[in-house]
Amino acid sequence: MAVCVAIIGKDNSPKYFCCLNPDEELGFQYKVLSSLDVVEEKLNTTNKGTNDLRELYLGMLYSLETHKIYGYVTNTKIKFIIVVDSTNMALRDNEIRSMFRKLHSEYADIVCNPFYIPGDAICSKSFDVNVKNIMTGTV
Amino acid sequence: MSDDAVFEFLHSELINYIISQNEGKSKEGKDEDLSNIEYIGFSTGYRIIERLTKEMPRFKDELDTMKFICTDFWSALYKKQIDNLRTNHQGVYVLQDNSFRFLTKLSSGKQYLEVAPRFVAFTCGIIRGSLANLGIGCLVTAEVQNMPSCKFHIQVQRT
Repeated sequence: MAVCVAIIGKDNSPKYFCCLNPDEELGFQYKVLSSLDVVEEKLNTTNKGTNDLRELYLGMLYSLETHKIYGYVTNTKIKFIIVVDSTNMALRDNEIRSMFRKLHSEYADIVCNPFYIPGDAICSKSFDVNVKNIMTGTV
Repeated sequence: MSDDAVFEFLHSELINYIISQNEGKSKEGKDEDLSNIEYIGFSTGYRIIERLTKEMPRFKDELDTMKFICTDFWSALYKKQIDNLRTNHQGVYVLQDNSFRFLTKLSSGKQYLEVAPRFVAFTCGIIRGSLANLGIGCLVTAEVQNMPSCKFHIQVQRT
């Protein structure tokens, strides 16, 4: 299970942030925002190279002593970041990938809500609940 | 089958609504004000593209994006693909649909040619909104010469 999920907009401004432990939020914000450079780097190199890295899922961005950080960028340049505890060996690449896919579906649903203005921060109770479920793996 | 009809009814009712709203306003020139329909299309396109590109691999370039618009995007909305895509490779794309869904229900003679812009404005907005969210700013205009066929001109804005 993930410890933190973040959604970053086109212009690299945070749209949504959710951690299991609210006390650690500041530290996670720092980790997530510093991983954006890696995201940018990955996007630029895949554009130039001929290798077939056109998948939305970017894989692991980098790993720290305590946490691993994974990234995903949609076609509309919205970035999803998931932070996982390093000690958690149960999470394979495939599980992370499916978490991102579920998160993307949730995001597509919230964007199609006429009361949500694209580009604003997301504040929706049902979205909160669904994201928490994805993080804890109860869906 | 039935949900296809719902979209068409909603679309024609939307046009009726906007046109009737415009009636009270003073008319300057003979062109109708379709900017509201276009704007509704824009925000629809901006939102729906997130859902439609969910399963797609990342687009290589602009042309790749246009091909997506002509195939998957068009069949999701209009149940058919674009019949002809032309480009000058300098940011102008012309999409031709030989039997555009919103025009096939009208008489194909010259009778309704002058109200045809009403039925293509929403689609212009959808295309503009979708491309805007994909990072391509553009101008979209439509041209109807013979009734059920329609050409969309997309002019990409270079910074």
